[in-house]
Amino acid sequence: MSTRPASALPSGPIRQHRGRGVAVVGTDIDTDRIIPARFLKCVTFDDLARGAFADDRMELAGSHPFDRSVHQEASVLVVNSNFGCGSSREHAPQALMRWGIRALIGESYAEIFFGNCLAMGIPCLSAEPATVRALQEAIAADPGAELLLDLEALEVELESEFVGANRWPVHLDPGPHQMLLSGQWDGTAQLVAHDAQLTATASALPYLNGFR
Amino acid sequence: MSAGTLYDKVWDLHRVAELPGGSTQLFIGLHLIHEVTSPQAFAALRDLGLGVRHPERTVATVDHIVPTTSQARPLADPLAEEMLATLETNCSQHGITLHGLGSGRQGIVHVIAPELGLTQPGMTVACGDSHTSTHGAFGAIAFGIGTSQVRDVLASQSLAMAKLKVRRIWVDGRLQSGVYAKDLVLHIIRTLGVKGGVGYAYEFAGPAIEALSMEERMTLCNMAIEGGARCGYVNPDATTFAYLQGRPSAPSGEAWQRAVAWWSHLASGPDAVFDDEVRFDAAAIAPTITWGITPGQGIGVDETVPTLEQTAPEERPLAQEAYRYMDLQPGSPIAGTPVDVCFIGSCTNGRISDLQAAAAVAKGRQVAAGIKAFVVPGSEQVAAAAKAEGLDAVFTAAGFEWREPGCSMCLAMNPDRLEGRQVSASSSNRNFKGRQGSATGRTLLMSPAMVAAAAITGRVTDVRELLGA
Repeated sequence: MSTRPASALPSGPIRQHRGRGVAVVGTDIDTDRIIPARFLKCVTFDDLARGAFADDRMELAGSHPFDRSVHQEASVLVVNSNFGCGSSREHAPQALMRWGIRALIGESYAEIFFGNCLAMGIPCLSAEPATVRALQEAIAADPGAELLLDLEALEVELESEFVGANRWPVHLDPGPHQMLLSGQWDGTAQLVAHDAQLTATASALPYLNGFR
Repeated sequence: MSAGTLYDKVWDLHRVAELPGGSTQLFIGLHLIHEVTSPQAFAALRDLGLGVRHPERTVATVDHIVPTTSQARPLADPLAEEMLATLETNCSQHGITLHGLGSGRQGIVHVIAPELGLTQPGMTVACGDSHTSTHGAFGAIAFGIGTSQVRDVLASQSLAMAKLKVRRIWVDGRLQSGVYAKDLVLHIIRTLGVKGGVGYAYEFAGPAIEALSMEERMTLCNMAIEGGARCGYVNPDATTFAYLQGRPSAPSGEAWQRAVAWWSHLASGPDAVFDDEVRFDAAAIAPTITWGITPGQGIGVDETVPTLEQTAPEERPLAQEAYRYMDLQPGSPIAGTPVDVCFIGSCTNGRISDLQAAAAVAKGRQVAAGIKAFVVPGSEQVAAAAKAEGLDAVFTAAGFEWREPGCSMCLAMNPDRLEGRQVSASSSNRNFKGRQGSATGRTLLMSPAMVAAAAITGRVTDVRELLGA
């Protein structure tokens, strides 16, 4: 199964992204589909790109979007509703990221998947069904077209000499939006810094203090 | 916005800080870890030069990758052995209790934490596994997390979270004989859909819920996530307290009385405000079974596979994909569908009452010719309890295989898996394409008693016919 060398993984503030799109069409695509459980037998995430959509790709024998040559440079994954439902396995977004995905645009996402992506610096932008359909059609018509994701303005712009230019609004809740723009999406340091408050919270919890 | 619910009260008690952007830093009272989603988190901790903030609030077991035949070390699969050895090393380095193979306390993480009394009302519980919602059965706020968040909880015993809305799911009446908590939750998901719960915590309440045992409540909350709700819970009551009393990690002596008083006041009050409410009638629910490729594609065992016309327009592409994958005809009865493999187990239905219900069907009968049927207890304690009452002998006499505890064919990370296009009758929680280890394997979700009935007849069967209900 073809894989390609990953570009640099996300770091710091994420304000925009430019890249080609790849569309995986369908509702309720679960994380077992994104990466089957047999690929979870590992102690690092390094080698997961080969597991991305592995069963679907096997079934489609080369015609899955992740195997089509026109999409080998793609970095924006366009999906439909409830993408990433099911298992909490972070291996799923890790596999997509290591394949080359740096942002998603879709109708909606499962919560745990969304949170996993956020913690990796991968924005999951939501968009109206009509926008998603238009993007899927544009990608099919011109796979080489570049998408420009402006996270500050929350807009996606398509530049194509074949299907013309267009621009659509996308949505991101204020919390994740700010975390990505500020670069604080990898929040461990922030959580660890509140140690005194953490101690105060714990000292007031009855079940940690003999129920007194 | 919800107010005065158990969710609100537990949330407020565990708030550490408000974070920029509007999320909340939430203290985690119990962190459960296992071999699949923790190794990368420990590695990240090492890279950051951080330790485990509360090793005494962190508990480990091994469940996903363990074989259910021989569990002798080293495990036959070198990758599985590496994962187990990595967990052992990480737990030993950080002073974390690991309930390992043969300890008497090993098992599926969502089975052992309740049976050890670790899960208690009013706690926040996190684990790198989506079925952590199970622990909500105790009136805990429990949710699955990914590996980056496992790292965060190890490092800080807390998480950045956004508060959920609360939907009360009120269930009147009583479940009929031969209808179980599994049928109830499959019915709820079938009605509200697999994404109906996104953004919500589900509070299960009402007479039918109050009548459920703790193990039934665990089955119900376990599958909240299959309806899109990351967290589901039941208010603690006398049933909860009776289950907890005397368990190894439950409070004892004078602390017990204080604990019961505190737990009691956590329940959603009569003036609690919910963001949404949905009502069901338990008496109207039949044994329920999935026919498709999501847990929402369920029907009563006496119904037919829905036609496109009976399906909402936005669900039709998925229904068509399911007809093809499952090779089922719209409009045809689901009862009578031949099965190949029958699996009783998992964090949804691998507890002692599940095995008792299945054994009641299997007792004195024989597994149909050509059917592979096996029972995987949810934990070493469940296995011991089953043996003590002779259930293992009932199953083996009927032609079932009796196995060692683990997650097994629920997700097929161990050697237990479907082959080719086999159809499984499964007491687990997910019927996704490829879920049970074959890219073309097919899964029909149902209660353990229904799985036993399918094993006996070789076909999808209304268990009430065998129970004389």
